[in-house]
Amino acid sequence: MSALPTAPPPASPPGPAPSRSWTVKLRERAVRELPPERLLPDGQPTYVDSWIYVFGVAAIAALILIVASGCILALKGPAWWHDTGVGHFFNSIHLWSVELFFFVMVVHLWGKYWMAAWRGGRGRVWVTGAITFLVAVPAALSGYVSQQNFDAQWISTQAKDGLNAVGVGAFFNVTNFGQMYSWHILLFPIAVVLLVALHVLLVRRNGVVPPFDIQTRKAALAAAATGDGARASTEDPR
Amino acid sequence: MNAVAGAIVNLNHPAHTVDWSFIHLSVANVVVIALMLVVFLLAILLPFPGAARRAAARRGQTLS
Repeated sequence: MSALPTAPPPASPPGPAPSRSWTVKLRERAVRELPPERLLPDGQPTYVDSWIYVFGVAAIAALILIVASGCILALKGPAWWHDTGVGHFFNSIHLWSVELFFFVMVVHLWGKYWMAAWRGGRGRVWVTGAITFLVAVPAALSGYVSQQNFDAQWISTQAKDGLNAVGVGAFFNVTNFGQMYSWHILLFPIAVVLLVALHVLLVRRNGVVPPFDIQTRKAALAAAATGDGARASTEDPR
Repeated sequence: MNAVAGAIVNLNHPAHTVDWSFIHLSVANVVVIALMLVVFLLAILLPFPGAARRAAARRGQTLS
C-alpha cells in the first residue's frame, strides 16, 4: 500500500509582534522586581512579631496625619489657624503629628541601626531611610518659620546665621515667608513622600531585615574561645 | 483652660537648660530624648501581643 501524500499542517496565524515600548519594559521590570505577592503579602516572617518592627509603620501613620492636617491648614490660611478654635485644633494636630513622626522615626532608626539593617543587600533601603530623615529636618524647619507669628520670626532670625555660615542662605532664605512656605507645602512634602514610597517599595522587594542569628554567633564565639578561632567566623552570613 | 494648664506646669519663665561642655539642651528636649530611650528599651523587652500563640501554632503545624 502506497503512502498517501499528506498535506502540510496549516500555519498558525501570525500573532502581533511583541512590543518593546518603554511601557512594556517598565511593566515587565516592575512585575519582575515586585511581584504582587511580594508587594502586598498576606503574612510576615516570624521575627516580625516584635514591637521593634512597629515604628516604621507608625512613622508612616504619623506622616499621613501630617499631610492631611497640612492640607487643611493650607486651604484655610494663617488667620484661621491663629484666630479660631478649630484652626488652633488643626494647628496642634499638625504640630504634634510632626513631633510623633520624629519620635517614632528616631526609635525606628535606632532599632534598624542596632540590627544592622543594611545586611543582605539592603543598602539602598538604609540609604533611602537616612535621606528621608535628613530631608524631613528642613521640612519641619520651613514649617516652624512659616507660622506667621513671633515664634516664626525668632526661629528664622536665629536660623539664618547658621544657614548663611554654611553658604545656603542665598537660595534658602528662612526670613522669606513666601519662599519658606513654598518649600514647606510643596517641595519638601513631595520629596519626603516620594522617598518614603521608595523606601517602602525597597523593603517589600528585599524583605524585612531579620535579627542576628544569636545561636550561630554564640557557637562561633564558643569556638573562638576554645582555640578554633582561626576557623570560626563571628560574621553573620546574611 | 489656660489657667488650668498654667496651674499644672508654670511656663512663665525662660527655658531651663542642661549644660555640659559644648552641649546645651533644653530640659524639654532632654525629656523627649529620655522618653525615646525608654520606648526603645520597652520595644525590645516587651513581648508582642499574640506572638507566643502564633509561634506555638507554627510549631504544632511543623510537628504534625
